Amino acid sequence: MDVLVYLIPVSLFLGGLGLAAFFWALKSRQFEDPEGDSNRILTDDYDDAPKS
Amino acid sequence: MSLSEVPHSAGGCPACTAAPAAEEIAAKAAVAGPQTIQLSLPTIHCAGCISGVERGLSGAPGVLDARVNLTLKRVRIEAEAGVTPEALIGRLDGLGYEAHELDSDALEATESDAVSRDLTMRLAVAFFANMNVMLLSVAVWAGAEDATRDLFHWISAAITIPTVMFSGQPFYRSAMSALRGGRLNMDVPISLAIILAVALSLWETALSGHHAYFDAALSLTFFLLLGRYLDQRTRASARSAAQELAALEVPRATRIDEGVETSVRVTELVPGDTVLVRPGARVPVDGRVVSGTSEIDRSLMTGESLPVFSGPDTPIHAGEINLTGPLTVEVQAAGQGTALHRIADLVAVAESGRANYNSLADRAARAYAPVVHLLALAAFLAWMWISGGDMRLSLNIAVATLIITCPCAMGLAVPAVTTAASGKLYRRGLLIKNGTALERLAEVDTVVFDKTGTLTMGLPKPQDLGALSTRDLEVALGLATASSHPLSRALSDTAAEAGVHPARVSDIEEVPGYGVQGTWRGERVRLGRAAWVGADAVPATATYLAVGAAAPQAIRFTDTLRPGADQAIAAFRKAGARIMLVSGDSPAAVGALASEIGIDNIRAEATPEDKAELVAELGETGHKVLMVGDGLNDTAALSAAHVSISPATALDAARVASDIVFLGRDFAPLGDALGTATQARKRIQENFAISTVYNVIAVPIALLGFATPLAAALAMSLSSITVSLNAMRIR
Repeated sequence: MDVLVYLIPVSLFLGGLGLAAFFWALKSRQFEDPEGDSNRILTDDYDDAPKS
Repeated sequence: MSLSEVPHSAGGCPACTAAPAAEEIAAKAAVAGPQTIQLSLPTIHCAGCISGVERGLSGAPGVLDARVNLTLKRVRIEAEAGVTPEALIGRLDGLGYEAHELDSDALEATESDAVSRDLTMRLAVAFFANMNVMLLSVAVWAGAEDATRDLFHWISAAITIPTVMFSGQPFYRSAMSALRGGRLNMDVPISLAIILAVALSLWETALSGHHAYFDAALSLTFFLLLGRYLDQRTRASARSAAQELAALEVPRATRIDEGVETSVRVTELVPGDTVLVRPGARVPVDGRVVSGTSEIDRSLMTGESLPVFSGPDTPIHAGEINLTGPLTVEVQAAGQGTALHRIADLVAVAESGRANYNSLADRAARAYAPVVHLLALAAFLAWMWISGGDMRLSLNIAVATLIITCPCAMGLAVPAVTTAASGKLYRRGLLIKNGTALERLAEVDTVVFDKTGTLTMGLPKPQDLGALSTRDLEVALGLATASSHPLSRALSDTAAEAGVHPARVSDIEEVPGYGVQGTWRGERVRLGRAAWVGADAVPATATYLAVGAAAPQAIRFTDTLRPGADQAIAAFRKAGARIMLVSGDSPAAVGALASEIGIDNIRAEATPEDKAELVAELGETGHKVLMVGDGLNDTAALSAAHVSISPATALDAARVASDIVFLGRDFAPLGDALGTATQARKRIQENFAISTVYNVIAVPIALLGFATPLAAALAMSLSSITVSLNAMRIR
């Protein structure tokens, strides 16, 4: 059972990482336009370089 | 629309001629900071549209950035000061996209966005914590013992305490405000259960006990937050759509400063200013006509369908529509001071009165909360007595009772149903602005309709054109095509459809406020108001035609019935509701429409006060009234009614007063709304029944001390899922 000493912190850390990523996405307004985002992948406007 | 169809070249667009001017202005005003312009794009729907609009706008002079939001069908433009929305709209028009200016102030007035994001954040945290604690709890249930179990409990506590402190805040705040007001609401037992569960579990953990309720406290927080989130999202989407309707009416006016016309915001106008009201425009202020003659459509204000003459020194009010000639108006009151705004303010007061409506959820909470608290207290006292003062055991049982009876399913029962029902109606073009609107709609037994603009489209259609000789008809058409008056337009549309060719009328001139005249085969011909043409007025909407010295003839008009109106009325009848028609229009016009659609309960020439009084009287005699109206004269009645509906074409004040706004032209969805509302109420009641049954089974188990955290978690999840599934049936 000693492995728990590593596994529990690891699982908490990974979960926390996911949560932090979600916070970041929410804060940077990535959930504002779900329909537009799903359509934007179809255009080739910024395929070569991201929009500056 | 495919990509290839999108016109990429901007050549020949109307904005190209305007662009150099915009550039000049932009250059002049370059010192000022950048501005944000928002446009509504009702027709965009695909990836091609997004890049078409964004590319088209980015190429425009002065535009720094443009970002389309396809979900909201809007584009947000960062531009240098001096770039006018008109130029951008013209440019988009040239590319084939319909665009309308949105008033940024009206859009940003409410912050439903921020609330929604805040709730999402709390929900995410609760979910994360719940998953982790559940993992540890499963290990404990599976048989972790001694030091391992204690360690798991301590880790759970470390995750749970901060989470509950952060995610539970909406409940604590609501519970506190209820307690301060001396009331009990659903959030009081919720808050108590969460806090007590955490506190007791901490105590148990410290004594290395077997059971801890950390997972139960978190599940409770998560499921209840989910209900809260669904509720908020439904209302936010309806509100943002309603908000956009308001923002579409950008309050601008043309002010005349020493002969120079400038476009200004209505808020900048002060009494004493002179403004120009063009034909077809809505009057922005209350005032007095200085010069010009025209006809005024007052249907939105009074319900009269007949245009009224307006000339120098006649009073004019905000909200009326100028039909024929340009008017110069001296401002007497603008913005907040106008009659329009005063009525809108009255409505706001009435609105807060309706907030006292007791929703099903409120009533359930008021009956439920005391029972829960008393039960938990009784359990604690009874077990103290039975066990001879074993505090730990008694407290454990009391908290288990509180957790098990905690209205988890009840918290989801209402929002899950209203979300499903509102979503269904939203797809049919109905915006449910108020949370309890559906419940109230299901109780309706009397429906009161307004006439002009509600049951009718407010678009006149000429009646029996066959009564005129072909010669007269051709002359009338020849005159009508020269005017943009609604009656003329209706006449020329209908005649053209019937295949009538306009006569060659020469020297045509429009006399604003009176009519059109010209010369035909050497004779003077006139089409217009009765007195001007020399005819006796008939008691209906009509225009008059005089050819030479022959006796003038009347061309009568009827308003077109709104499509789907008869279906909606049939649906209300079938549901057993009494139908009434109340209008400010003349008895003849109201009677004609009533007999056309078979309403026998009518009242004509009703003032706004009459309407409100009628609705209030019906309400006092125990009837639940649904008011459907669009005009300013309806707003008082709309807010006095049990529940109210207005079309999207209604005046802003009327939309604000209504619980439900419908976006399409067709009335048929109103019948569905009633059906869906009845269905929704049934589902809510079923959901309450489900959670009651679950309590009846679970409470004795908890009271007898057999409830374990595992049982609580299972029961809670099961009841929440059943309730949500039941709500889904509404689709």
